[in-house]
Amino acid sequence: MAVSSQLRPQSAWIPKLKTQGRKALTSLIALVIVLAIWQLLCSGPEPVLPAPLTVLNDTWELIVDPFFDNGGTDKGLFWHLFASLQRVAIGFTLAAIVGILVGVIIGSNAIIYDALDPIFQVLRTVPPLAWLPISLAAFRDNEPSAIFVIFITAIWPVLINTAVGVQQVPSDYKNVSRVLQLSKFEYFFNVLFPATVPYIFTGLRIGVGLSWLAIVAAEMLIGGVGIGFFIWDAWNSSLISEIILALIYVGIVGLLLDKLVLMIGRLVVPGGQQGT
Amino acid sequence: MPLQTQLSSAISCPSLLITMQTLNNQQVATTQPTASSQPFLKIDNVSKVYATPKGTYTVLEGVNLEVQEGEFICVIGHSGCGKTTLLNMVSGFAQPTEGEVRLQNKLITKPGPDRMVVFQNYALLPWKTAFENVYLGVKAAFPDKSKTEKTAIVWEHLELVGLTEAAHKRPWQLSGGMKQRVAIARALAIRPQVLVLDEPFGALDAITKEELQEELLTIWRDHRCTVLMITHDIDEALFLADRVVMMTNGPAAHIGEILEIPFERPRNRAKLIEDPHYYELRNEALDFLYRRFAHDDVE
Repeated sequence: MAVSSQLRPQSAWIPKLKTQGRKALTSLIALVIVLAIWQLLCSGPEPVLPAPLTVLNDTWELIVDPFFDNGGTDKGLFWHLFASLQRVAIGFTLAAIVGILVGVIIGSNAIIYDALDPIFQVLRTVPPLAWLPISLAAFRDNEPSAIFVIFITAIWPVLINTAVGVQQVPSDYKNVSRVLQLSKFEYFFNVLFPATVPYIFTGLRIGVGLSWLAIVAAEMLIGGVGIGFFIWDAWNSSLISEIILALIYVGIVGLLLDKLVLMIGRLVVPGGQQGT
Repeated sequence: MPLQTQLSSAISCPSLLITMQTLNNQQVATTQPTASSQPFLKIDNVSKVYATPKGTYTVLEGVNLEVQEGEFICVIGHSGCGKTTLLNMVSGFAQPTEGEVRLQNKLITKPGPDRMVVFQNYALLPWKTAFENVYLGVKAAFPDKSKTEKTAIVWEHLELVGLTEAAHKRPWQLSGGMKQRVAIARALAIRPQVLVLDEPFGALDAITKEELQEELLTIWRDHRCTVLMITHDIDEALFLADRVVMMTNGPAAHIGEILEIPFERPRNRAKLIEDPHYYELRNEALDFLYRRFAHDDVE
């Protein structure tokens, strides 16, 4: 057991590279096949949806120039994505801070946990968009409402995972802290927080995915610059090709967000306890 | 007489009576002069009852044990006999339902660094290196010492267990034996009065186990701390202990018999095995565990 884990860093490199390459190749082939089928299905005289080549043709200007800005909402895709990402960044950061803090508190106190857990379990199942009318009523402004929707969507997985992580701190570590009589401060930074970090990052990863899901939907309703609004606007102008392009961008950005949080987690999660 | 008081249950083995004499001399020589005739550690008529959904469950009943300062005690018994519960009451993780445990006449109510524990599964913090794991304990135990002093203490104890080279490795990079060495270094570095070990070598292979046993004895001789150790291994107990405490089976387990282990120290494993007396003691223990208190299959 010990020997194999000692060998891990170096010897895993080359096979890993090989499997990565094989995976990339197979995904590429699958993508080509899917696109080909799509092209075939939508190549009649009056197709329901534009075929891939039509999409490419229709949206070529948007693809090659994502940075144009003609004022108002007439901007390149980069600016729309950037606006959405900004909202997610603010809402998600707030959710992470509050979620981790509250999670640590309710996780370390069984009574508070028992009292609040049912409420959280109910609130967490509320669909993100259902919060929008209420936040519009409360904030009377689009921008904070959108951010609030992100916040309230992303906070539950962060909060609940953090609380569970705090509860799952192995009793051995707690016992060591008790024998050594670590102060609350020392216990938090040396034991509780490091032991909980993997759980926190699991929550953050789920949270960032949900945020991205929510912002696109929320922007369709609140308008302004943003990729959600762009999609809605394209629908109103019957520009189906633009919608398809935007969906691809939304998917890619969502994937990158997920990978970003995963990567930060890998860097932060202390050695020897990865695998969550 | 109180100094040598052993236990409520009488020992009636002839071979033991012979050895009592040697033991007496040895103990007078090694035991540091204590202020009073009070034993260093006193487990006084301790019972432990757990409440379960099906009613109460008595784990331990009427356990009495007096330990002198610097003594090495091994506790042996079948699983489920409450060995760990007993030691938890010494380390302060559990409170007796009845009776009391006193260290130097002070009632034990909670865990503390004066009774450091070496856990069976090492309980090292995986995000800290060996050095940092030991340092955390030293920092907590000696808040007034300077950083240089604390660092020196950590190095001294890592050296003691032969781990200076692995000091900056994290637990997952260490073998089981090395992890247990770190745990022992951490325990000793805070200068506990009592060292409590819960089957510390149970998960190790035979060779590592023997090495660590010998290291533990050397360290124990240098540090002169009192050791309470749980083990399943009769040979381990005979090699290490001054006295082997054998527990009866639960529920309501108590101390069935105490074996005095009179062999001279430092002990030599090879010589010990040739000693006919070793086999008398071994048979005595085996007889206790596997005949008189054999584990029933019901459990």
